[in-house]
Amino acid sequence: MSEHIFEYAPAPESASIVDIRPAYGLFINGEWVDGTDGRSFKSVNPATEEVLAEITEAGPADVDRAVTAARTAFETVWGPMPGRERAKYLFRIARLIQERSRELAVLETIDNGKPIRESRDVDLPLVAAHFFYYAGWADKLPYAGFGPDPRPLGVAGQVIPWNFPLLMLAWKIAPALACGNTVVLKPAETTPLTALAFAEICRQAELPPGVVNIVTGAGETGKALVEHPGVDKVAFTGSTEVGKQIARAVAGTRKRLTLELGGKAANVIFDDAPLDQAVEGVINGIFFNQGHVCCAGSRLLVQETIAEELLERLKARMTTLRVGDPLDKNTDVGAVNSAEQLEKIRTLAQIGEAEGATRWSVPCRLPEQGFWFPPTVFTGVAQSHRIAREEIFGPVLSVLTFRTPAEAVEKANNTPYGLSAGIWTEKGSRILWMAQRMRAGVVWANTFNKFDPAAPFGGYKESGFGREGGRHGLEAYLDV
Amino acid sequence: MSEPTRLAVRKTYKLFIGGAFPRSESGRSYVVHDAKGAFWANASQASRKDARDAVSAARKAFGGWSGRTPYNRGQILYRIAEMLEGRRGQFIEELRTAGAGKAAATAEVDAAIDRWVWYAGWADKLGAVVGSANPVAGPFFNFSTPEPTGVVAVIAPDSPLLGLVSVIAPVIVTGNTCVVVASEPAPLTAITLAEVLATSDLPGGVVNILTGRRAELAPWLAAHMDVNAVDLTGAPADLVPSLEEAAAGNLKRVLRPEGEDWTADPGLGRMTAFVETKTVWHPVGV
Repeated sequence: MSEHIFEYAPAPESASIVDIRPAYGLFINGEWVDGTDGRSFKSVNPATEEVLAEITEAGPADVDRAVTAARTAFETVWGPMPGRERAKYLFRIARLIQERSRELAVLETIDNGKPIRESRDVDLPLVAAHFFYYAGWADKLPYAGFGPDPRPLGVAGQVIPWNFPLLMLAWKIAPALACGNTVVLKPAETTPLTALAFAEICRQAELPPGVVNIVTGAGETGKALVEHPGVDKVAFTGSTEVGKQIARAVAGTRKRLTLELGGKAANVIFDDAPLDQAVEGVINGIFFNQGHVCCAGSRLLVQETIAEELLERLKARMTTLRVGDPLDKNTDVGAVNSAEQLEKIRTLAQIGEAEGATRWSVPCRLPEQGFWFPPTVFTGVAQSHRIAREEIFGPVLSVLTFRTPAEAVEKANNTPYGLSAGIWTEKGSRILWMAQRMRAGVVWANTFNKFDPAAPFGGYKESGFGREGGRHGLEAYLDV
Repeated sequence: MSEPTRLAVRKTYKLFIGGAFPRSESGRSYVVHDAKGAFWANASQASRKDARDAVSAARKAFGGWSGRTPYNRGQILYRIAEMLEGRRGQFIEELRTAGAGKAAATAEVDAAIDRWVWYAGWADKLGAVVGSANPVAGPFFNFSTPEPTGVVAVIAPDSPLLGLVSVIAPVIVTGNTCVVVASEPAPLTAITLAEVLATSDLPGGVVNILTGRRAELAPWLAAHMDVNAVDLTGAPADLVPSLEEAAAGNLKRVLRPEGEDWTADPGLGRMTAFVETKTVWHPVGV
C-alpha cells in the first residue's frame, strides 16, 4: 500500500540554526558549573544514533548546591520581589522563547526525535504561551481564588519526562516562578538539550541567579532532588511506577507533591460520529508524538455497528502517515525517543500478539539507523489483554468495541488510570452525559490532544494528582 | 565658532480615528499651553461629525477585535507596553513640559507601562475569574462567560498618561472598542499615545481618540444609539446628570467612578463594568 503515497521530495529543516556544544555543565546559581564527581552521560539523536553532547551527571552534592542556590534566591530575591516585577521577567522569557522558537524547535527535534512540524507548530507555541499566561498571573494572585495574599511554597524540585522536554519544563517552571517559588529542575536524561538552552534564555532575561537551576542526570539525580530536605515542593511528570516511588519518598515529610503520570485513555466513537473527522482524531490521538503522550488515546472504543468501516478507513489513513526523518517538514511520525523505549514497545506488541490480539502495522520502510516503530493497530483486543491495560507509550493502538453508551462508560473507566478520554458523536447531550461519567481529568469531545495554558490538565486515580495550566495550576505552587 | 541653531520640526497633533490621524473635519483647533503658560501646540478640536466617524470606526473594528482570541489580545496589549517603554523618554519629556517634576513624570510613565502589562495578563484570565460553571438542578450543562459590551465611549480623566491608560486598557482587553475624549486641558499626550497604539499591531478603530471640548463632544456620544456604554470618569460633574440621562436612551452601561487613585491596584471593576454575562444551557443525556 505504501506505493500509493505520493512521492515527496525531501524537505529537511536545516539543523544549522542550532549550536550544540560538545559538553554541558550544570546550571546552578546562574552559572555553568562542573559536576563534583566528574561523571557524565551522552545525549543521542534517536533518529541517527549520533552522539549530540556530553552531559554532566549531577550527584547528591551538586543537587545540594542547586537547592541551596534556589533557597538563597527564594529568600533574598525572588520571594520578596513584587509580583509585578516577577511578571516582567516571565514576559521576557516568553518573548525570548518566541524569538528563538525555530532554533529551539530544531533542537527539540534533534534531541527527542519528534517531527519538526510538531515541535515547530505545537510544542514551541505552547511553551511561549505558557510563560506568557503565567507571567500574567504573577501580579494577580489575590484574584486567583486562594485567599487575599497567597504565599509561595519555597524551593520546588521538578522532574520532567522526555516526551515534551521543553513544554514540560514550561508547565513546571512558569507557574512555580509566577507564584514566587524558585526551582531546581531535572530534565530527562535522553532529552536535556532544550532545558540547557533554556538556562541560556534565563541568562538573557537577566533572571536573578538561583531562581532557576538545571541539574542533569538520570533516576539517581531525580531521587536526590526529590529526597533533598531543602525542597518544599516536588512536581513530577513521568511514569506511574516512578510516581509511586516518589510518593513513598515524600511520605512523612512536609513536602507538597503533584504528579502527572501515565494514562490509558479511551477514545470512544459512537455510530453517529462523522467518521472521517473521527479517524483524524484517532490518528492524532495515538500517533501524535509517536504515541509518547501520557494522555494518548491508546484504547479505541468503537461502537460495534461501525467498527468494520471505521477500521478500514483508519488503516487507509495510517498508510498515508509519513514515518521517517524528524527534521523533514513532511514527516508525521518521527523516531522513538530511545533504544530502551523501543524495546518496551516491541515487548508489549509481542505480548499483544501472544495473548491473541491481531496485529496490523503500516508496511512502511523504516530508516536503518535510529529507533523506529511503525504505526500499529491491534484488533480483537480483550479488556484483560496487557495491551489494553498497560501504557505502551508508543504508536500502538488497541481496538475494542461496545454496543451501548453504558458499556462504553464501563469499559472506558475500567483502568487504574484516569488522565484523559475522547468522545466522538454528533449529539451534544451525549457528549456531556459521557463526560460526566468519565473518570478522567481531561475529556475531549470531537477533538483530541488539545492543550492550552488557560486550561487545567491532570489526572484522576493513578494518573496522578494536581493540575497544570489555568487558574487551577497555581494551587500546586501556593501555600493554600 | 558655534554651529547655527537647528530649528526643531514640530508635530501637528491630530485626531486618531480608525487607525489614521485625520485633522478635525471642522478645521478647528485650540491652543494648549505648557506649564509656564507659553504656547505649546494647537490641539484639534473635534466636532460632532468627528465623534460620529469615530463611533463608526469603533463599531467596524468590534467584530474583528472581539473575535480575536484572548491570548492574541493579551499579546497586543503587551506589545503596547513594549512600544511605550521604547518611548519612555518622550513621554517623560511631555509630562515635564506639562508641569510634572522629573521624578513624578518618570513614575507616571513607568506606572503607565506596567498598567498595560497588568491588563495584558487579564485577557485570558478574566473569564476564569468571573465566569462560572453553574450547578443547576437538572440534567443540563450550564456555564456563564463574560463577553464584551461593544463600543464604549470614554470621557478620559485629566491624568494625562496614567489615568488615560487606566481607562483605555480595561475597556479593550475584553474585546470592546472605544471612542476616547482626551483630557481637555492635557490632550497632547493622548495623541502621542495614539502613535504607540498605531505601532503595536492594535487593529485600527479599536481605540479612537478625540481631542476637543468635553462639553461639546460628550453629549453626542452619550446619546449616540450605536454606543453601548459610557465611562464618565473625566466628565465634568455638572454635566454628569444630563449625560446619564442621554445614556438612558439606549440603556448604555454607565461607569461613574469617583475619587480614582490611579496609583492603586486597579482591581476588576473597570473590566467588569463593560462586559455582559452570557449563560449557555445544554442538555445532558444519551
